Amino acid sequence: MSTAKDVTDASFDADVLKSDKPVIVDFWAEWCGPCRMLSPILDDIAQEHAGKVEVVKLNVDDNPATAAQYGITSIPAVYVFKDGQVAATSIGAKPKQVIEQEFAEFLG
Amino acid sequence: MSTETNQSVRDVIIVGSGPAGYTAAVYTARANLKPLLIASSVEAGGELMNTTDVENFPGFPGGVMGPDLMDQFQKQAERFGTEILFEDVTSVDLQGPVKRVTIGTGETFEAKAVIISTGSAYRELGLEDEKRLSGHGVSWCATCDGFFFKGQDIAVIGGGDSAMEEALFLTKFANSVTVVHRRDSLRASKIMQDRALAHEKINFRWNSEVVGIDGTDKVTALRLRDTTDGTESTLAVTGAFVAIGNDPRVALVKDQLELSPEGTIAVQGRSSKTSVPGVFAAGDVIDPTYRQAITASGSGCVAAIDVEHYLAEVSDLPELVTETAAV
Repeated sequence: MSTAKDVTDASFDADVLKSDKPVIVDFWAEWCGPCRMLSPILDDIAQEHAGKVEVVKLNVDDNPATAAQYGITSIPAVYVFKDGQVAATSIGAKPKQVIEQEFAEFLG
Repeated sequence: MSTETNQSVRDVIIVGSGPAGYTAAVYTARANLKPLLIASSVEAGGELMNTTDVENFPGFPGGVMGPDLMDQFQKQAERFGTEILFEDVTSVDLQGPVKRVTIGTGETFEAKAVIISTGSAYRELGLEDEKRLSGHGVSWCATCDGFFFKGQDIAVIGGGDSAMEEALFLTKFANSVTVVHRRDSLRASKIMQDRALAHEKINFRWNSEVVGIDGTDKVTALRLRDTTDGTESTLAVTGAFVAIGNDPRVALVKDQLELSPEGTIAVQGRSSKTSVPGVFAAGDVIDPTYRQAITASGSGCVAAIDVEHYLAEVSDLPELVTETAAV
């Protein structure tokens, strides 16, 4: 369904925290309708800004530890990680233009 | 995306994809008006996308899941040739015989008639704490976020049917659900009240207004004020679901169309006619009172038929349009 890479509790440190680029993490689940609507928007953003940011997905059903660690209680939740830290967050499904504005500093 | 967009002045554009919008689409499509429906990029399907069982929509004796019902509405609209764009309308220009509708990509579409069926959006308490803790214990959608509150003690704020539905739904996950309501009786339908009152996991805090939400990174408690005597108290909860009603989405049109005292788009009598000729409105955006899927659907049908009559008048007597615009 989506082109973004899946990350897991096990791979989070290597794939996200240790990445040399900002990483946009899409916290989602199968049963989350708005997540499905947001997913193609994030895929577009990944393609259009490839090289500046990476976009990955974390399924909260399969990876509850990471979800709990970052206090996720509402999805879709989109967190931008930079140098291992949370640099920006966006909760809820939003139109593409809004996401691009919110994360403008990372999309260059 | 369709290749037929943006070429000529269409007969009708429908803004909104809830029961009102899709019903208007079915009727206008069957009248051969080739409707373009702009469905929203992430909120397509309207309020029913955020609910589970819909038991009161006629025709479904066993109930139907909200998203499934909207899927059927969409398919029916498409069957008769509705063109659907999953984009957001960012501005409209409703004056004159040709209306213009612009979407998020910057593209503009033109039509002789427009149906505004943008629905309503959940009302917020309006507290700073509420914004601050959004997504960290504060939610406005039980079906969306209930999953994250397994085994926890949480609150639902509100006293209507939505609040009761949310509370009942949340009992599947939560340890306890406390309904916080600022009056001493519920305005929910009898059947929902009875279910909630009887449920062992649901408690009630009556005559209580939420004045603050405690917690630094996540919700730890609600601060309540008694509406009868002003005493303040704390309710320890790790989740707060706000279900206090919906406000009509009129932002796009409030400077161009007359609004009612309740803040909905004003329409003439039982029609869908707004204060501007050629502009019609349907669904929750015109209805402060009933706001059911079935009333929205009926309203969408009214709008479609009003559009048909309008287009027939306009093609016969083009001068008529400018005369009524002056009223």
